[in-house]
Amino acid sequence: MTSGFLQFANHYLMWNEGPLIWISDALIVLAVVAIVATLTYTKRWGWLWREWITTTDHKRIGIMYLICALLMLFRGGVDALLMRTQLAFPGEHFLNAEHYDQIFTTHGTIMILFMAMPFIFALFNIVVPLQIGARDVAFPYLNAISFWLFFFGALLFNISFVFGGSPDAGWVSYPPLTELGYDPGPGENYYLVAINLSGIGTIATGINFLVTILRMRAPGMTWNRVPLFTWSVLASCIVILAAFPALTVALALLLLDRIAGTHFFTVLHGGNPMMFINLFWVWGHPEVYIVILPAFGVYSEVVATFSRKAIFGYKSMVASLLLISVISYLVWAHHFFTMGAGADVNTFFAIASMCVGIPTGVKIFNWLFTMYRGRIRLTLPMLWTLAFIPNFVTGGATGILLAAAPEDYQYHNSYFLIAHFHQTLIGGVVYGMLAGMYYWWPKMFGFKLDEKSGKIAFWLWNIGFYVCFMPQYALGLMGMQRRMYTYPANMGWNTLNLASTIGAYLMGLAFLVIVWQILYSIRHGERDVTGDPWDGRTLEWSLPSPVPEYNFAVIPTVTARDMWWAAKYEGQMEHVRPRAEDIRDIHVPKHTARPFLIGLSFFIAGFGLVFEWYVLTAVGFASVLCCLLLRALEEDDEMVIAADTIRQHEATLGRV
Amino acid sequence: MKRGSRWWRAGLLALAPFALAGCGQDVLVLHPAGPAAREIDRLIILSVILLLVVIVPVFALTIYIVWRYRDKPDNRAPYTPQWTESRALEWIWWSIPMVIVGVLGAYTAKTTFALTRPPESNSNVVTVDVVSLDWKWLFLYPDQHVATVNYCVIPTGVPVQFVLTSDAPINSFWVPQLAGQEYTMPGMALRLWVQADHPGNYYGHGANFTGKGFAEMSFTVEARSESAFRLWAQGLEQHAPALTDAGYQLLKKPGVTGRLSYGNFPKGLFDQVVWQDGGQYMSGMWGTPTMGSMDGQSGSNLASLGGGDGR
Repeated sequence: MTSGFLQFANHYLMWNEGPLIWISDALIVLAVVAIVATLTYTKRWGWLWREWITTTDHKRIGIMYLICALLMLFRGGVDALLMRTQLAFPGEHFLNAEHYDQIFTTHGTIMILFMAMPFIFALFNIVVPLQIGARDVAFPYLNAISFWLFFFGALLFNISFVFGGSPDAGWVSYPPLTELGYDPGPGENYYLVAINLSGIGTIATGINFLVTILRMRAPGMTWNRVPLFTWSVLASCIVILAAFPALTVALALLLLDRIAGTHFFTVLHGGNPMMFINLFWVWGHPEVYIVILPAFGVYSEVVATFSRKAIFGYKSMVASLLLISVISYLVWAHHFFTMGAGADVNTFFAIASMCVGIPTGVKIFNWLFTMYRGRIRLTLPMLWTLAFIPNFVTGGATGILLAAAPEDYQYHNSYFLIAHFHQTLIGGVVYGMLAGMYYWWPKMFGFKLDEKSGKIAFWLWNIGFYVCFMPQYALGLMGMQRRMYTYPANMGWNTLNLASTIGAYLMGLAFLVIVWQILYSIRHGERDVTGDPWDGRTLEWSLPSPVPEYNFAVIPTVTARDMWWAAKYEGQMEHVRPRAEDIRDIHVPKHTARPFLIGLSFFIAGFGLVFEWYVLTAVGFASVLCCLLLRALEEDDEMVIAADTIRQHEATLGRV
Repeated sequence: MKRGSRWWRAGLLALAPFALAGCGQDVLVLHPAGPAAREIDRLIILSVILLLVVIVPVFALTIYIVWRYRDKPDNRAPYTPQWTESRALEWIWWSIPMVIVGVLGAYTAKTTFALTRPPESNSNVVTVDVVSLDWKWLFLYPDQHVATVNYCVIPTGVPVQFVLTSDAPINSFWVPQLAGQEYTMPGMALRLWVQADHPGNYYGHGANFTGKGFAEMSFTVEARSESAFRLWAQGLEQHAPALTDAGYQLLKKPGVTGRLSYGNFPKGLFDQVVWQDGGQYMSGMWGTPTMGSMDGQSGSNLASLGGGDGR
């Protein structure tokens, strides 16, 4: 009995691997106990189930995405700090090679797929329907399924750390390193299954928001009047739809190689690892535009609002968004200039990659000229937006250096590359998401986040960022490769690595300050009673904060590009606000547990696939089928909010 | 005024480490020691200058705009909330990046093609076949019939073609001071042209992650005069033990080793490594495996083919 348990503990729980695992186990147990105890003590189980787990309300789903994104930012950030601790000094033994390999793999995968993606989806969900004057997304039920697939995908990926072992072949997961011959064990399976689970959800989200924006805009909102954030979501969704299936296919085929003995990407029997690498980056490069485009959208909204000026060159801004989403498909091979393609191929992809700089450059100038002759308020969203500009200009410039194929022969896989993509992904995407979070926070929760602690976090983060990543450009030029778990002392890399580690810790500190800021603001944050705390421009600011379940009591008719701004300054707010006699009954989807159960079933099936316990897989998929069948047979999935109830509610908000 | 100058000085101080780093010998990429790496270095400098033409004005403009148009009650700068279009201005910033991409693209194309050719037209080409293993580098000299592990010796002033493959996961062969990197791929052979100006030891390292021992995959490229190179090869041939097939299988096992030298190796070993798993997807690119017979005295089929691929 005990020996059986010990075997289980060592094999699956990896208790023989030392304190890192024990600490994680203890923290997980503590966190679970704390959550269960709190929910029980405050009698919140019913609330959790009714208001959150079974909801199909886009705003609540958005908030759940946001919470997950922040949690994953924490997890990925801890990974980053572990790596930087290991690299602070040459020849350290804080982590061994295997642990380091697992940690950089989970860091990359989590940050891009389980942090950046839910963060943009949080904003998609919270903002888009409100901005275009809709009651919900096109398919609220599917939207809930997307969220739960993401959630259980992320959960599956994260439990690998304490159950069975994390993937350790890098977030790009190139075969043949990831084929069974070099990488047995469940870690890589976790990666393949978990990403595909959430990937299915992502494709559904892409469809959902594409249809929402195409079909559900308020009357009068012509393409010329669509807010730029919504435009950016549209561009991002187009890229999702065309790019994500390539990843799904690549990962599914690699999984088949590993569990069914196929040879898609082996070197033996006619397989071809280069095929995986191509498929991966056919998704992988567009992926970075999927996450940066919505950030561009956020900056456009923030710059216009806090300069008190309409966005400069709206048409160019839209054109450049769409142009970037098209060019994004033509650049994937720049991730492997060194894989032996001919000079002609490399030249094509080099110049195509540089071309991305053209529309991006235009956007930067248009943001600058939106501020020009405006009135700039240095609020938190605006600070992060302003900090983004030098960051992205530098990161974009080093991107152009990397795009020049011959230069890439020197930068490829070095810390120069690491510095570049962190500068664009943090300086571009994370800054954008933080700006968006600060900007729309009052809309979500009805209060602003505290400015003072926010500014401390801002400066800590920004100083930390430059101290962390500028030295990495130099390290790359000095010949330091990525993914080395340690390095010799005689290369002259020591000082810069130490600096980089210090910078990383400053950013970690900044994250803690942001957490403090949120907790502090829940009690003490400035309440938003008007629904328009920033003097906003678009429709969402015409609504009360937080927004009622039905969003718009009466769908407004749009007559201008910045509708709310126009209404405010022409003194015609009543055109946007509801009139009591126009309010009718509103149909909203019923709460449903099935999206959650579908996610859970996929999780069980996926867990079975990871360990090749096929009974579990069969049970999971059977349960998915049951859920789908029940959904297909469902007759009545809507409930009605009576016009009187709405009228009363709007009256208490002082709107009718 | 005083405050401004203090900021300026602080900024200079913050940049100093980078400027110093740029001059230091440790910055391998910016200290090329051969024509191939120098060609890349020239492109780096050109592109940095071109980009600074944009970056510096953008930074200046950002600071100026944020400063001038900040929201202060006594700010008397113009405020034009409806001014949102200017065809002329937009033409300017659509065309500036286009011109820069045009110029840089042209030079990039030129350099990309140049690097596929030997750095100098010199019939005296030396071939070194490279096999990346878990977690070591095997160098085979088809013409000198010697082999080394984790170091190699090349003659100075002569184009050296490294022919790269892998008998392990994909790695990347990188000697920053001599040339940019190229992948080593199982079932494929890619070429990388390298040339060293002066004798010296040059740092090399695998640049594509291959698992647990990856961090130990460094190697040294020792450049020596042509006569010293010949002497070295002869010395190995006479005194070093031979690499046998069994020895190769041992070497292939995952693990880390130091430097090793061999006075001989099984003929055709490199081709065997490339073709062992079929390499089907290569057939269209390299022709049939028997084409190696075209070049009898070379130990390598693939090196002699040129193939139009790799560099």
